[in-house]
Amino acid sequence: MSTPSNVMPRSPQEPQVTAPAVPTASRRMYWLVRRELWEHRSIYIAPLAVATVFLFGFLIAFTLSPVHRHEPLDMPYELAAGLIMGTAFIVGIFYSLDALYGERRERSILFWKSLPVSDLTTVLSKFTIPLIILPLLSFAITVATQFVMLILSSAVLLGSGLGVGTLWARMSFFHMSLMLLYHILTVHGLWYAPIYGWLLLVSAWAPRAPFMWAFLPPFVIWGVEKVAFRTSHFLALLQYRLIGPQPSTTPSSGALMDMLSALTAAQFFSTPGLWIGLAIAAAFLAAAARLRRNREPI
Amino acid sequence: MACIEARGLRKAFGKTIALDGIDLRVEEGRILGLIGPNGAGKTTALNAILGLIPYQGELQVLGRDPWTERDQLMRDACFIADVAVLPRWMRVWQALDYLAGVHPRFDRAKAEGFLLKTTIKRASKVRELSKGMVAQLHLALVMAIDAKLLVLDEPTLGLDILYRKQFYDSLLNDYFDRSRTIVVTTHQVEEIQDVITDLMFINRGRIVFDCSMEEFESRYVEVMVNPEQISAARALKPIHERQVFGRSILLFDRVDRQQLAALGDVRTPSIADLFVAVLGNQTGEGQGAAR
Repeated sequence: MSTPSNVMPRSPQEPQVTAPAVPTASRRMYWLVRRELWEHRSIYIAPLAVATVFLFGFLIAFTLSPVHRHEPLDMPYELAAGLIMGTAFIVGIFYSLDALYGERRERSILFWKSLPVSDLTTVLSKFTIPLIILPLLSFAITVATQFVMLILSSAVLLGSGLGVGTLWARMSFFHMSLMLLYHILTVHGLWYAPIYGWLLLVSAWAPRAPFMWAFLPPFVIWGVEKVAFRTSHFLALLQYRLIGPQPSTTPSSGALMDMLSALTAAQFFSTPGLWIGLAIAAAFLAAAARLRRNREPI
Repeated sequence: MACIEARGLRKAFGKTIALDGIDLRVEEGRILGLIGPNGAGKTTALNAILGLIPYQGELQVLGRDPWTERDQLMRDACFIADVAVLPRWMRVWQALDYLAGVHPRFDRAKAEGFLLKTTIKRASKVRELSKGMVAQLHLALVMAIDAKLLVLDEPTLGLDILYRKQFYDSLLNDYFDRSRTIVVTTHQVEEIQDVITDLMFINRGRIVFDCSMEEFESRYVEVMVNPEQISAARALKPIHERQVFGRSILLFDRVDRQQLAALGDVRTPSIADLFVAVLGNQTGEGQGAAR
């Protein structure tokens, strides 16, 4: 390898000012992320579709049996949140597996590499999708869906001559949204970061069938551990990662939102698992960027 | 300062040696044609120059180490690695927006100007375009980048003759000036004969021939020898001899043109003929890659 030179060679008569302004890192990141949204439209279409279908179902349920409307007031709202977040999680898995594999399969990696964007920047821009974009998007869609549900319920209640006071008082919409945002950003973003990092690494490496390469190794490790040591620490580790850190004391009501609020930010950010996970995610991403540097179309 | 400078460039894939110690120097403002049979190491050499693969030996492109500084190098260099590497899902306007967003030297107005000369619609997806139109689009994007070095690896493979001709015409008329450097590889050697300023043959990972086109035209003469003068012609030590329609065509290196004119019809050989001669002499058999 020759020694890298940091000095840009310029002939003396060429003044430095002719160099065009290099796009700032944030501007470049903006276009890289937009590029991902152009290619993977399922990032926003899938949660939107699920929300629409859910609202449709909610409407049917409400018109068919308005009797139930008093008891599980917050249940359908949590169901909506769960469905949309679950959809976003699945989209995130498939997106991450395709992000660095698809460009090699369709040979467009040769086009992307002909542009002044480093492999690390590219990998980070793709990591941004499951880490930030999908959580924020699913949050916005969830809140919008829940708001529509609230309006619909209120309209039906008012139409049947009942007041909406109890509904609005018990819902505390703002508090619920805030808790949701906290949950989405911490668990779906930060806590799941190593999962997405692993999927991106497989996506950068897999010669084919990234889905198989992503899910086979954990399965094999689980099996080997079970047979050799008769333990399932690895499975427990995966479960812990999927479920997220739990508060030490389970709140009496057992409702999801209460459980979330019980796990305070202080508790969450002092969980060693969070920081270990983030370090592992960083290692996976660095490895993915290194791999992409050497990768050719397949 | 040379645009590309390589010394002892080596690359092996396992036991296969793709580049066997190449020395290369391409000056600014040249158009270099890199010709070689399949598997000769052309693409490997270009990939090393573009920072797509690691290598051994010394290599500087525009004063940079391509492997460790690919992203900075791509501000001043650009390449078309193959036909059809544009992402198939992308729309034309997205490609324009994206390049304007990430590339400091991309001139969007210029690209739109080139596209106006074609029938490509801005809302079209790449997958909806014909192969020739994709090549036009890619060329329009690349020509709008104010790069110092442009590398083209088989840019016209599989295109029909109209698109191929147009491709090199616009490259010469709308893009090339003396401050830019272009490196091109192709199997269609006849179509770059009038385009390139320098010629290089590569075979089995080594550069086996290297000369400028001025030198090529003054040094090499092909003679369709009159049958009765064949032994006189052979006495002048041709580097290659072939038969066409029962007549002998002899290729000479550095032999006086006047002297040869007396033996038959004299003309400048095609690159393909020289290629066959050089590689045939090297290996004892023509590799048959030059068409």
